[in-house]
Order: sequence, then structure tokens, then C-alpha cells
Amino acid sequence: MPLVENGRIVEDRYVRVAADGPIPERVPIIVPAQRFLAEADSLVRRDGSLGVDWPNDRRVAELEPWLGHLALIALNFPKFKDGRAYSQARLLRETYSFGGMLRATGEVLRDQFHFLVRAGFDSFEVKKPADAAVFAEVLARYSVYYQPGADGRAPALRRRLQGGAAPKVRETA
Amino acid sequence: MYIYDSIDRTLVAERVAEFRDQVARRLSGELTEDEFKPLRLMNGVYLQLHAYMLRIANPYGTLSSRQLRQLAHVARRYDRGYGHFTTRQNIQFHWIKLEQLPDAMADLAAVGMHGMQTSGNNVRNITTDQWAGVAPDEIEDPRIWAEIIRQHVTLHPEFSFMPRKFKICVGAASHDRAALRIHDLAFRLHRNAGGEAGFEVMVGGGLGRTPYLAQTIRPFLKKCDLLSYVEAVLRTYNQFGRRDNIWKARIKILVHDLGAEAFAKEVEAEWQSIKDGPLALDAATVAEIASRFVYPDYEALEDGPPELAAARRADGRFDRWVNNAVANHKKSGYAIVTLSLKPEGGTPGDATAVQMDALADLADRYSFGEIRIGHEQNLALPHVAQRDLPAVWRALDALGLATPNIGLVSDIISCPGLDYCSLANARSIPIAQEITRRFHDLDRQRDLGRLHINISGCINACGHHHVGHIGILGVEKNGEEFYQITLGGEADDHAVLGTLIGPAVPYAKVADVVEDIAAAYLDLRTGPDELFIDTLKRTGIEPFRERVYAAR
Repeated sequence: MPLVENGRIVEDRYVRVAADGPIPERVPIIVPAQRFLAEADSLVRRDGSLGVDWPNDRRVAELEPWLGHLALIALNFPKFKDGRAYSQARLLRETYSFGGMLRATGEVLRDQFHFLVRAGFDSFEVKKPADAAVFAEVLARYSVYYQPGADGRAPALRRRLQGGAAPKVRETA
Repeated sequence: MYIYDSIDRTLVAERVAEFRDQVARRLSGELTEDEFKPLRLMNGVYLQLHAYMLRIANPYGTLSSRQLRQLAHVARRYDRGYGHFTTRQNIQFHWIKLEQLPDAMADLAAVGMHGMQTSGNNVRNITTDQWAGVAPDEIEDPRIWAEIIRQHVTLHPEFSFMPRKFKICVGAASHDRAALRIHDLAFRLHRNAGGEAGFEVMVGGGLGRTPYLAQTIRPFLKKCDLLSYVEAVLRTYNQFGRRDNIWKARIKILVHDLGAEAFAKEVEAEWQSIKDGPLALDAATVAEIASRFVYPDYEALEDGPPELAAARRADGRFDRWVNNAVANHKKSGYAIVTLSLKPEGGTPGDATAVQMDALADLADRYSFGEIRIGHEQNLALPHVAQRDLPAVWRALDALGLATPNIGLVSDIISCPGLDYCSLANARSIPIAQEITRRFHDLDRQRDLGRLHINISGCINACGHHHVGHIGILGVEKNGEEFYQITLGGEADDHAVLGTLIGPAVPYAKVADVVEDIAAAYLDLRTGPDELFIDTLKRTGIEPFRERVYAAR
């Protein structure tokens, strides 16, 4: 399953650690949520980037004490239709100011890309190679947005007030 | 009338381009029907019994004459020459071919219309009072706020994959014409004791298998907090609404399971953390949206022009229609005209391309180019000068749009039912048609007075049967169509769910039952001034039940 970061397909630097297996030294790891919470004190002192795999039915507020130590949080889309992780991502970015990577995992398809980016994700485990290949192209489909998101783009209401998009000629719709 | 700017137009055009690509991928086989389904649903495209159905959003039920002409064009070119107006103030085309969908959407986009979020588990078309902006009893135009919400939730990055669909309604009048309490989230604009206008917030209404009326979780919300509050409610629902069972996924179940108080607490906590952020609405932002609503340049006219009085005296049919279909306008000398899409024997809510074109011309001539769609599946011309009423009536009468049955027994709200819908258990339209034939005598209808019948062909309740004075629900029993009858439902300020009166009756008996109920009312009422619903409240359903089942 290809990984997309910064608009390109990249190698995954992270190693996924099992719920009870050994933890490798000095490589970036992603730890399941239960294990992370149980061993957080020692995990954050370990040498190497730390990530957590967080399920979509657990409040992200539980992660708050550890956010400064986390380089990556993987959020899950068990199904295309299950959009809980969008809320988790926005909470992490906007309420808790999480500055590490947010990785989308699970059933990640091309028609979610722009929602994911706008919700604050910047790492994508894309299910189909054909979708990963057109990542940048798909993102370019939309040039305007109505609402503020976690991606910092100016929403329509602001752009209008700044005069950037005021129509010269008004057309009756 | 809201005027689109370049941002609005760009977004719709980009959406059409995206959908064209998705349809091409489906037609080439790159996408399976399963993969295509959520994508088409996000654009209002359903697969029904016989064909794809396209549902077009009419935000807050306002249409320009140019848009109505384009709907007529789409009906003629891509469909079978007619469209169906829905209880969500939308319009549906039932016979569109998949390969033509992108072209139909591009034609609609040319007049700022689209099918975005008319299906799927996202925020659906924002509805409001169909008399918004012209009703004498409103404190201000609720469409400004509906438009602000519409923009905010369109292609929202967080709320496009919620547990289930989500319906928002905004009202601002003392009389609720928009059925606020049957919505997932509803805002009622009113003034507090200090004279400031703000919103009462109601949440958790909805019909379907488990009907609930929305409960008030905040009596007064400042206008500047509208979007942050919407965001907090949606965020709470998106995270905690059930996703394990489609029948328990609407927000009403979450509100019911948690209790309105606990739900409100969750929302308020989230809201506190975002209310002062980028979603806080400043006066300039609201003014910018409001400035793009264009209002008619009304003439200074007096109420009750002599030519109207003379025409009413001269023609009894015209007089009857004025009494039934014409309502007071907030501007003196003007009137709101409701057009019945419920002719005898017709399909409730259907309009032909010929009617749409002619109505667009009438709107240009007599209603400042504006048309409204009401949730009762009728249309309205919102700004007709009273002196023009005779001419408007003659034109509407010739078009078959002047049946004087607004609010009467034959003004039936009905879903498409088993004639079109793959979810239905039973037919709805022929039931409605038969009832209109039984009650074809207009004097009899007028004598029965205000009486709302709502018909749904399945438990999803698209015909809002729970809130009909008489509710009719199609069910299936051993492969045959049966209908449950409820009495006493109301959708307005006194919203209440109807009560089931007894065992379901077969298809062929439904119109008889309605006649029995009408006859029981005439026997029971204290006089012609006591409305059906008031008699029912006074007597309870028992005497009606007896009348219906005594002979069966």
C-alpha cells in the first residue's frame, strides 16, 4: 500500500510495533494505542521518532499529555464512509495544536484526498496504487473552499472581505 | 434572491468536472458500482427501480425564473418532460441516463445549481420558511443565515462522512411554516427579553423508523455564534453518533440515548473551545452575505385595490382561489400566491416542463423573477401586486396550477413510493390520486377545512406521515401492500407525532378509511369553525377509530 507525503509516493520510514513484540532501537516506530498508553513513560524516553496508532472510537484528548513527544499519529478509516478520524484530526491540529505528522490509514481512496488534507492530514497510506499516483492531480480539482480548515487556506468568506474574489460583473443565478 | 459570485460559480464548475471524471471511470469499468455509489450519492444521484434519479438542491426553496427555465430544459432534454418537487424544497428527475448526467449537471451549473449534498451522509439542503423575506410575521429574513450555514457546510472537510444524513432548518417567523422540530438541527430566530435577535437551538428531531421531535438545547444563541455552534453539534455527532446500525445512526438516537441535557453539555464544552476562533461571525462577514441577497424594488401600493374587489365580485371561481391560495405580504399592495401542484388525479409535487417555462415567464412579469418551493410540495410566487391577481389567476388556471385546495384534504404530501423508489414497500402516488378523486368536490373540501394528509411508502417517512393530521404509511404484509393510519400529527409550532389508530388496511380500502375519518369529523365537530385537528384534540382518536373499524 503506497505511502504519500508532500504530494509524492515515498518509502515508509516507520516500523509498526505489535501489541506485545520487541521494540527496535533507534528507528521510527508506530505503537498501538493500548501499548502506548501502558508504556508511554518509557517510550517517550527512547531514542528515535515515536508514533501512535490511534483508533477512531477513542477520544484524542487522552493523548494530550504526550503530544509534545509524538512525531506521528496514525488515524484510521476502517471504511471510506466512517469519517470519525476527520474530527480527530481537526481536534489534534486546531484544539491541541499538534505539530507532528497525521497519517491517514485504512480505506483511503482518491476522493477523500482533499477532505483529508483540509482536515490536517499530511501522510496518507493510500489503498490503491492508481489513486496514489494521481494524488497531486486530484488535489488540484478544487481551488476554492467555503470554510476554514486545518490547512490554513483562506475560506470564501474571508477572501470576499479581502476583495480578492469580488465579482466584477454580477450575474443573476 | 442570492446572487452567486465567482467563488460560488467556480466551486460548482469544479464539482461538475470532478463528477464527469467519476462517471467516465464508472463507464470504463475502472470504478465498480460499489465504489461509484458513495461518489454519485454525494452529487444527488440515486439508483432507483427503473433508472438513475438526480436530485437538485434549491437552497432554502428560492428559485430564479432563469433557474426554473433551466430545470424545464433539463426535464425536457434529459428526462421525460417533468420534474418532482420534494418535501426538502428540492427537485428530482427520475429518468436520467448515467452517461448524460454530467451534461445535465453542467447545464444546471450554468445557472448556479447542483446536486451536491442532496444525498449521502452529509449536511443536506438547508431549508426554511418558503415565505422567507415576505412573511408579515417574521423578524428578519432567515435565508441570510441559511446561506451562511449552506456555504459553511458545503464540501466540509470534517462532516462529509457522518454516521447518517443531517438536515438543518432555519426559521424566523412567529408561525412555523418550515417544520423546525422534525429536523436534526433547527434554529428559530427570535428576540430575547432585551430585544436582541438570536437563535433558539433545537436538536434531535427526525421521522423515519423511530420518530422524535427536536428538543431545545439552548434557548438563545447570539448570531455571531451560529457557525461555531453548528460546528460543535456536528463534531459531537460525527464522533459519537452510532455507526453500527443504519437505523440508529441519526443524531436523534444519540440525543435520545445520552439525554438532551448530557448531549447539550458535550456540545457546549466543544463550543467553548472554538467559539472565539475563526468561525465567530463578525458584522462585516454577515453584511457581505446579506448584501448579495437582492430584494425587489417594490412599488408604493395600497392594500385592497378596487380592481381586485371588482374581480372577486364578478367571478366566484376567482374569489374562491383568492380565499384559498393568496396570503398577506409584508409589503402593502402585494400578496404571496401559492400554486397548487396537487390537481385532482395528479402526482403530488410534479410539474411539467411546459408548466415550469410558463411559470418562469409569469414570475418575470408578476413576481420580480422569483419562485419559491414549499415543503408541502407546492410552489409560490412571492411578490405579486394585488392588482395583478386576476391576471395571474387566469394564467395559472390555464396551466392547471390554480386548484384552490391549499391546506385542504387533497393538498397531499406524498413520497414517490413504490412507483419509483427502491426502498418503498408500497405505492404512495396512486393512494394520493384516489383520495383527490374521492374529494374532487371543492365545496366538500372547503367544508372539511384545513386537513393535512401525508403519505409515505415505507418507514423512512419521506412523506412525513407522522406529522400529518392523517398519516398514511405503506407496509408490506405477505407480499401485499397494506397501510397503517395515524391521526393527530402536526408539523408546525405545536409539532406532535400522530397516533396509530389500529390494524393496517389493504390498498383498496385506504381511500374509504379517509372518507370514514372525514365523515366522523363532520359528525363530531361542534360547528364549521372547529378544525379537524381541534375536534381530534377534543375527542381523542377513539370515536374515529370506532368509525373506521366498526364496519371492518
